[in-house]
Amino acid sequence: MATHSIGEGAHASAKKLRTRPLAASVILIGGLALLALSMALSISIGAKAIGLSAVWDAVWHFNGDLTDHQIIRSLRMPRTIACALTGAAFAVAGSVMQGMTRNPLADPGLLGINAGAGFMLAICFAFIPHLLFGQLIWMSFAGAAGATALIYGLGSLSRGGLTPVRLALAGSAVSALLLALSEGIALKYRIGQSLDFWLFGGAAGVRWAQVDVILWWIGGGLLAAMLLARYITLLSLGDETAAGIGVRVGWIKLIGAVIILILAGASVSVVGFVSFIGLMVPHITRYLVGVSYRWIVPCSAILGALLFVLADLGARMVRPGSETPVGALIAIIGVPFLLYLARREGREL
Amino acid sequence: MAAKSIYAASDTKRRAKAWSTVVGLALLVVVVFIVSMNTGYIRLSPLDVGKTLFGFGTDKQSLILFQFRLPRIVISVLVGAGFALAGCILQGITRNPLADPGLIGVNSGASLMVILFVALRPSISASPPYTLPFLAFFGAAAAGAVVYFLAYKKSDGVSVLRLVLVGIAVQAGISAAIIVLTQRLNPEQYQFAATWLAGSLWGANWKFVLTLLPWMAVLVPFVMSKARTLNVLSLGDHLSVGLGARLQRERLLLLLAAVALAGSCVAVGGAISFIGLIGPHLARRLVGSRHEILLAASALSGSVLLIAADTISRVSDTPTGIIVAIIGAPYFLYLLARAR
Repeated sequence: MATHSIGEGAHASAKKLRTRPLAASVILIGGLALLALSMALSISIGAKAIGLSAVWDAVWHFNGDLTDHQIIRSLRMPRTIACALTGAAFAVAGSVMQGMTRNPLADPGLLGINAGAGFMLAICFAFIPHLLFGQLIWMSFAGAAGATALIYGLGSLSRGGLTPVRLALAGSAVSALLLALSEGIALKYRIGQSLDFWLFGGAAGVRWAQVDVILWWIGGGLLAAMLLARYITLLSLGDETAAGIGVRVGWIKLIGAVIILILAGASVSVVGFVSFIGLMVPHITRYLVGVSYRWIVPCSAILGALLFVLADLGARMVRPGSETPVGALIAIIGVPFLLYLARREGREL
Repeated sequence: MAAKSIYAASDTKRRAKAWSTVVGLALLVVVVFIVSMNTGYIRLSPLDVGKTLFGFGTDKQSLILFQFRLPRIVISVLVGAGFALAGCILQGITRNPLADPGLIGVNSGASLMVILFVALRPSISASPPYTLPFLAFFGAAAAGAVVYFLAYKKSDGVSVLRLVLVGIAVQAGISAAIIVLTQRLNPEQYQFAATWLAGSLWGANWKFVLTLLPWMAVLVPFVMSKARTLNVLSLGDHLSVGLGARLQRERLLLLLAAVALAGSCVAVGGAISFIGLIGPHLARRLVGSRHEILLAASALSGSVLLIAADTISRVSDTPTGIIVAIIGAPYFLYLLARAR
C-alpha cells in the first residue's frame, strides 16, 4: 500500500514524465488482434500454402488424417508460437534492462548476454551433443548468467559505473570474445555451418518439445517482469531517487537480472541470436505509451512478439524454398535504428 | 628557475628510462623471434636453426624454416606492429583507452569482402595470391569510410562518442550480411572462410610479406612523424583547437593512416582483434603517454604479442586470432573494470 501511494506521488512530482494509458490500451488490444492475425498468416504461408480456414480447423478441430493438419500441428504451430514467445521475451528483457540501467543502448544482444548463452550452447554441441532440450536450456541459462554477471561485475567494479557508451563497448567486446571462442570450438569440431545459422537466429527447427519447455520459462519471466514493473519505473528515475523513496535497489536489480537472463537464455536456446528486438521495441513502446513500465512491459511484449512473427514470416518469403536467417532481416531495421541512436549519442532516458 | 631545471632533469631521466624500455622491447622481439623459429610441429634446435640460416641445413630443414616458418614469423612481426600502431592512433584521437581497429569496422569490412570473394569465385586456389589482400584492404577502407561519414555531423565533425556507437552499429550490419552470405557457401568454401575469419595468418608466404612491406614502409614513418600531433589531439577537442591544431584535418589523416595500417594487416593476417587494444596499453604502462616513444613501444609490444600468440597457435593447432582473444580478453576486462 505504502509503496503504491509513494509511487503515484513520484509520478505527480515529475512533470516531464507522462503516461498514456489510452494509447497503451489501444496497443494492447489492437496489438493482440494484429498478433493473432499475423500468427494465423504465418501458419498458413509456407512451402505449402494452406488456407486460413484450414488453419482454423487444424487448431480447433484437429483431424490427424489430413496432411495439412499434420503440417500445421507438428511444424508450423510450434514455430509460430516460439516466434511470438521469444519476440516478447527479447523485448521485455530489453525494456527491463533499459529501465533498470537507464541506458538507452541496453539490449541482451548488444550487451553480450545472448553471446554468453550461445557460447555455452556451442560447448554443448561440441562436447555433449546428445543433451535433451530440457537440459540444454539450463546450459543456456548458465551462459547468459555468466555474461550478465560479467557485465554487472564490470559495472560495479569500474570507477564511477559504466556510462551507456562504455557499457556498449564492454558488451561488444564481451560478445566478440565469446563469439571468437564459439568460433574456435566450431572450427575445431567442424560444427560451424550448422552452428552459424543458429547463431544468427532462426525458428525453422522448433518443435513442440522445445515450446513446451520455454512456454513455462518465458511465461514465468514475463509475469515476473509485470510484477516488477512498478519498481522498474522507480529505478528508471535514478538509483538515488528510488532508494530515497524506499525501494530496495539491490534486490530489485538482482531480481531484474534473473528475469533478464531467464528470458534471454530461454529465447537464445530456441531461436539463437536475435539482437535489436530488445533494443528497438522498448524505445518505440516508450515513445508511444510514456514512461510507466506497467504499460511499457506488456506493450513491449506484444509489439516484440508481433515484430518477430512478421520478421520470421518475411524470412520465409524473401527467397521461397529456403530460409533467410531472421536475425539478418531484423538487422535491416535494427542497424539504422542503432545508427539513429548513435547519432543522438545515446542520449535520452 | 630552479623548479624548472629540476623538472627538466627528471623529465630527461624519465625519457631515458622510456627509451631503454623500448630497446628492451626490441630485444624481446628478437628473443621471441628466435624461440618461435625453434618451435613448431617439427622442432628445430637452435643449432639447427643457426646452421640452416647460414645455408648448412638439410633440405628439409631449410624448407621448413624458409618456406613455412620464417615468412609466418615475419608476417606476425609486421601485422602485430601494424595493428598495435593503428590501435595506438585510435586510442589517441578518440581519447578512449578501449579503442581498437575493430571498432571502426575495419575487421568486419575486410571479412565481408573475403566472404563475398569466396562466395562468388568457384575455386579458391585458382585465383592469384594478391587478389584477396587487396580486396580485403578495400573492404576495410570502405567500412572505415562508412563509419567515419555516418559519425560525421556538420555542427561538430566527428565526435568520439558517435564514432564508437556508429562503429558498433555498422559492425552489426556487416556481420548480418556475412551470416547471410556464409549460408550460401559449400562446406569447403565455408571452412576456408571461417578459418580466415578466425585470423589464421593463412597467407604465410614471402609474397604476402612483400605485399605488406610497402604499406608498412610508407605508413610507419608517416605515423611516427605525426607523434606530436597525436600528443595534442589526445588532450581533447577544445584544448587542441586552442593549441592551434587543425583538428578535423589532422584527425582525418590519422584515421586514414590507421585504416590503411589495420586494413593491410587484416588483409594478410585475417581478422585478429585485441592486438590493437592490448599492444598500446602495455606500451603506455611501460613508457607513459608521449607518442614519440609510445608509438614505437606499441609497435614492438604488438609484434611480441602476435609472435607469441602465433607460436602457441602453431603448437596447439588453433587459429591465431582465437589464441589472441583468449589472451586478450581477460586483459581487456581488467582494463574495463579499472578504466575511469
